[in-house]
Amino acid sequence: MTTMTTTTTQVYTVFIKATPEQIWEAITTPEFTSKYFYAARIELANGRRRAYGPDGELWGDEAILEEEPPRLLVHGWKGLYDPELAEEAPSRVTWEIEGQEGGVSRLTVTHDQLEGAPKTAESVAGGWMYVLSGLKTLLETGEPLV
Amino acid sequence: MTDDDAVFRALADPTRRQLLDRLFERDGRTLTELESGMEMTRFGVMKHLRVLEEANLVTSRKDGRNKLHFLNPVPIRLVHDRWIDKYTEHRVSALAELKTQLEESA
Repeated sequence: MTTMTTTTTQVYTVFIKATPEQIWEAITTPEFTSKYFYAARIELANGRRRAYGPDGELWGDEAILEEEPPRLLVHGWKGLYDPELAEEAPSRVTWEIEGQEGGVSRLTVTHDQLEGAPKTAESVAGGWMYVLSGLKTLLETGEPLV
Repeated sequence: MTDDDAVFRALADPTRRQLLDRLFERDGRTLTELESGMEMTRFGVMKHLRVLEEANLVTSRKDGRNKLHFLNPVPIRLVHDRWIDKYTEHRVSALAELKTQLEESA
């Protein structure tokens, strides 16, 4: 099997039966994120997006670059949960939420500016897929993926 | 057509699976890049890309004058969670039950 060439931009989309407001809450509230984001408690405060592991260890602490609830969130990304990733240059994550017809919203996550972070690019490729499918399941059924 | 139907339909074609494989090898490609090396007209490749986009397996982004295509594996993961996990879990528990029965009767 061919291995994936690391690219500098990754784009993921998912359609979720939820309002943009519900999705916004799910991606910015620690009680929600801990149920689908590798148990991380993620919060936005004082212009920063911080992620804490289950034992309170700091997994991420990056500036919020744009914040327009409930449709746009842009923040830096550096994986403090792994020493190898923490050494790499910071990248950028953009969350876009668009309401569609029939009570469905489209969530697009773009992880870019990965030029200086090849290990991060490789590591998050499977991670976003897992996080977004878990988020959809949580919002649509109220149950976290085990 | 449900989301799953669209995914299974999109995956049920060798050319479309080949397009996904090519994006897996290198993501964020233009139609011209994807078309080269395929034994198919530009129009044919466009048609297949449209089916993949409708199934949300490919997402496109404007980059200046170019339209870049990105592999979106989330629907495949959802199919995996909903269908494949369900059956493999059952098989694993059936084996565990068999083991218990065999050990009890031994």
